[in-house]
Amino acid sequence: MSLSNKHLLGLYGVPKEDIQTILDTATTFREVLERPIKKVPTLQGKTIVNLFYEDSTRTRISFELAQKRLSADTINFSTSTSSVKKGETFKDTVRNIEAMKVDMIVVRHKSAGVPTYLTKISKANIINAGDGIHEHPTQGLLDMYSIKERKGKLEGLKICIVGDVAHSRVALSNIYGLKTMGAKVSVCGPATMIPVGIESLGIKNYSKVEKAIEENDVLNVLRIQLERDAGKRIPSLREYHKYFGITSERIEKYNKEILILHPGPINRGVELSSEVADGPYQVILDQVTNGVAVRMAVLYLLGTMH
Amino acid sequence: MEIKAKLIDEEGINRTLTRLAHEILEKNKGSNNLVIIGMRTRGEFIAERIKNKINEIDNSNTNFGVLDITLYRDDFRTRLKQPEVSVTNITFDINEKDLILIDDVLYTGRTVRAALDALMDLGRPNTIQLCVLVDRGHRELPIKADFVGKNIPTSINEEVRVRIFETDGEDAVYLVNVPN
Repeated sequence: MSLSNKHLLGLYGVPKEDIQTILDTATTFREVLERPIKKVPTLQGKTIVNLFYEDSTRTRISFELAQKRLSADTINFSTSTSSVKKGETFKDTVRNIEAMKVDMIVVRHKSAGVPTYLTKISKANIINAGDGIHEHPTQGLLDMYSIKERKGKLEGLKICIVGDVAHSRVALSNIYGLKTMGAKVSVCGPATMIPVGIESLGIKNYSKVEKAIEENDVLNVLRIQLERDAGKRIPSLREYHKYFGITSERIEKYNKEILILHPGPINRGVELSSEVADGPYQVILDQVTNGVAVRMAVLYLLGTMH
Repeated sequence: MEIKAKLIDEEGINRTLTRLAHEILEKNKGSNNLVIIGMRTRGEFIAERIKNKINEIDNSNTNFGVLDITLYRDDFRTRLKQPEVSVTNITFDINEKDLILIDDVLYTGRTVRAALDALMDLGRPNTIQLCVLVDRGHRELPIKADFVGKNIPTSINEEVRVRIFETDGEDAVYLVNVPN
């Protein structure tokens, strides 16, 4: 009942048993979150640094809460209030933090591959909290947990990822993780947002969102990331909403059984209509709650490894 | 592993659990304020049987829950194998209750220490009373059971194995030798 790797860098290549172990362990922590005292002493004495080189609300608060609820000591680092502004290199920053004896590093960075690089310069357990357009494994895990919680299984489920798949780390982690667990993964979005040759991974590509709604059990709707130049790939947000927006009219017409996920933050009126974002088909806030439990599971499994 | 003796058989376990149920009721003057908590894994099934006996004797409907103490263990830093965590299932309020905590074997007392910490995070019971099927001695912490099925003095390289039908296919208590 322990993981095969001391780091969580992505879901690519992570064996099915490991994903299953994380999801099962998350159920334990889900129960802890329902208690009057939402805290257990398991990671007492462990020090964890949250190294965030890119803005984040949900992921960072979620990781920090997960760490505090496991009784670990946490340090938060963000570029705006650090010596990065004085010109210190990434490697020097990490070396200095490590000299203060930390056990785990949670890292987010705008460049893909930074967590992997960290494993080479640090002895700590490294957890990827999003690296560029590469992977965001804990988001992938919490999406899988939320789907399983509602649908009872992952194997054989039809799940479509809608939006800017080519520039989304959430999409990639979902694709790797879900495929390992035996789900049928497809994608849907404007041609400029779908990676060329994705069919070679055995992934169906829908060009019409209506068809994607009709034929799938779950939609994982991605955010249009204006900070990653999404604006250059679509004529306008209004046009995107017109052709690919998830609206209650579309759901009610094509598939009322569908489950809607969204990693947040939502652009209301773009990828989701406000009605859907607050409506009965979505589990967006459950995803946030489950995120804390899943991150507790990952921290626990890596932090108590020998 | 070598079995030295069968200490209690199926009938013996049943009689012991009946006696423990009566003792719990006697000391607490009935089952009015009682809740029963079993510790995973075998304590859970022993506790469930004691709860059924209490309900039968007292014609009551006592609350029953299961406690998993993995997250409260004190040996995370030293153990080689990562213990499997499982879910605590206590769906009722334990505040102001007389709580009977049940396990199969009382040995070092460390599991009970972890259980006490776990219970304190769930609420503030009026009392916590410890009930075990077997007390084999060798305490490492100042902990004592309120209700004991059988006291079995053991040497340190012996072990008491409780087997319960629900997980092991038979009801029995064995004394076994473990090589050190």
